[in-house]
Amino acid sequence: MEFLDNLGRTFFDVEAMAEVLPHLLQTGLVNTLVLSISATIIGVVVGMVLAVLGISPVRWVRAPARIYTDIFRGLPEILTILLIGQGFYWLSQDLFGPSPYPLGIIALSLISSAYIGEIFRSGIQSVEKGQMEACRALGMSYGRAMALVVVPQGVRRVLPALVNQFISIVKASSLVYFLGLMVGERELFRVGQDAAVLTGNLSPLVLAGIFYLIITVPLTHLVNFIDQRFRTGRRKPTGPTSGLKEVTELEDKKAVGTAS
Amino acid sequence: MSTIDNKTTTAADEVVYEGSSLELEGVTLAYGDVEVVRNVSLKVAPGTTTCVIGPSGSGKSTLLRGINRLHEPKSGDVRVAGRSVLKDKPDELRRRIGMVFQHFNLFPDHTALENVALAPWKVKGQSKAQARQVAEDRLREVGLGERMDHRPRDLSGGQQQRVAIARALAMHPEVMLFDEATSALDPELVKGVLRLMADLCQRGMTMVVVTHEMGFARKVADQVVFMDEGEVVEAGTPDDIFDNPQSDRLRTFLSEVL
Ligand SMILES: Nc1ncnc2c1ncn2[C@@H]1O[C@H](COP(=O)(O)OP(=O)(O)OP(=O)(O)O)[C@@H](O)[C@H]1O
Ligand SMILES: [Mg+2]
Repeated sequence: MEFLDNLGRTFFDVEAMAEVLPHLLQTGLVNTLVLSISATIIGVVVGMVLAVLGISPVRWVRAPARIYTDIFRGLPEILTILLIGQGFYWLSQDLFGPSPYPLGIIALSLISSAYIGEIFRSGIQSVEKGQMEACRALGMSYGRAMALVVVPQGVRRVLPALVNQFISIVKASSLVYFLGLMVGERELFRVGQDAAVLTGNLSPLVLAGIFYLIITVPLTHLVNFIDQRFRTGRRKPTGPTSGLKEVTELEDKKAVGTAS
Repeated sequence: MSTIDNKTTTAADEVVYEGSSLELEGVTLAYGDVEVVRNVSLKVAPGTTTCVIGPSGSGKSTLLRGINRLHEPKSGDVRVAGRSVLKDKPDELRRRIGMVFQHFNLFPDHTALENVALAPWKVKGQSKAQARQVAEDRLREVGLGERMDHRPRDLSGGQQQRVAIARALAMHPEVMLFDEATSALDPELVKGVLRLMADLCQRGMTMVVVTHEMGFARKVADQVVFMDEGEVVEAGTPDDIFDNPQSDRLRTFLSEVL
């Protein structure tokens, strides 16, 4: 009994939670979403560039994309965030003012773009070679064929992986707290952590955790759903057909039928 | 619809093509240092059909891809309508030459109509409405007027291949290349596609057809070319090739496929 009481007080102190709730909602949640969504948007744009460079037939175009990807996928997130966030503080101060927030977004974007670039690249490369070939045979340029036919197909295939990547970014966004954010810029983890330290009770952190789950769990299920959807897709009901009718189909629809 | 380029419409649905001549002169194609097509010369008169036969790996596909420069010839010359095309921009050349593949290579997330309209719209720069009209006409021509809004996976293999043919025709090509267009089809679907190809031939398209369908080659071709090990071993009329083979290689090949 005492054990349960203890557990309840440590993790699920309703009063402590209620106290931090408005702050978590108005500041923490908003900042977590701003950080993750901006890092994802920038990551998608930069990642697409990396992917297209990464599959170029020209070696010197491929190489920079590879190196970038290797570096930011290979480093621990926290290290990238600290190096960028502190290392470029002097520069960011001139550009964005004293807040480390923009650098946090940039650091997260560097990480996410490396992963998203790889996701796009694998998607694009999984598109059958015949698609590019058919485009070229129709007189399309390489770039046009990529933009109109190959890339859209590749991207569709990796939508689930992209959602998973967004989930990773949401979690990684908690690491920007290392950069020492101002009060109004703190994200879920930092807001929960501050309150936990202040009250000497873990309940605010638990509540912050619940918010993370509210963001990530539905997305996980969305992934499964769209995965299904894209695999099976919506089909046009055609009714039973007979291959034997195919010649008739030709004759029915047109006047010319002189051959063979 | 309008009368465009090398194609005139005589009756409601009756399209007549004006195919161009095609000549290959000493064409050699290589993968790295390996020459897989050697010194091939070939004349295809306007509006005629040439069938290319030969064992697997003999270089038939490579030869076709050399004609529209999907594979750049190492040496030799390719002439369309009497003029060398090797100095043209490849993209411009390919607009004049339609190609049909063994595995259709339709765009899976486009409907049949979109598949056919895409190149006229995006490559030829026709208006969306024009391109759509052309696509509808071509799809009706290949007997798929009722299936325009279907995606490839909702069509049979034979129908998919006919969409692919319509897609190539929509660019109003002067020459059509077919690479084993029926090899991936179930037996009962082959006939519809061959029938369509025979139609095109009748209506004046210049065609080069790589095929294992000896019946088609015999009935439809004006000229049959037998390739082996990257070379043209024999070329002639269907009667020459099938009834009066000169070389041992052709005789062996025929005895195996017929
Ligand atoms: N990408 C490639 N790289 C190197 N060699 C190749 C490549 N593609 C084909 N070849 C070789 O070129 C030769 C000719 O191939 P090609 O595909 O033109 O033959 P084919 O007559 O079309 O055969 P099939 O009837 O099997 O389609 C073969 O020996 C093949 O191994
Ligand atoms: Mg082949």
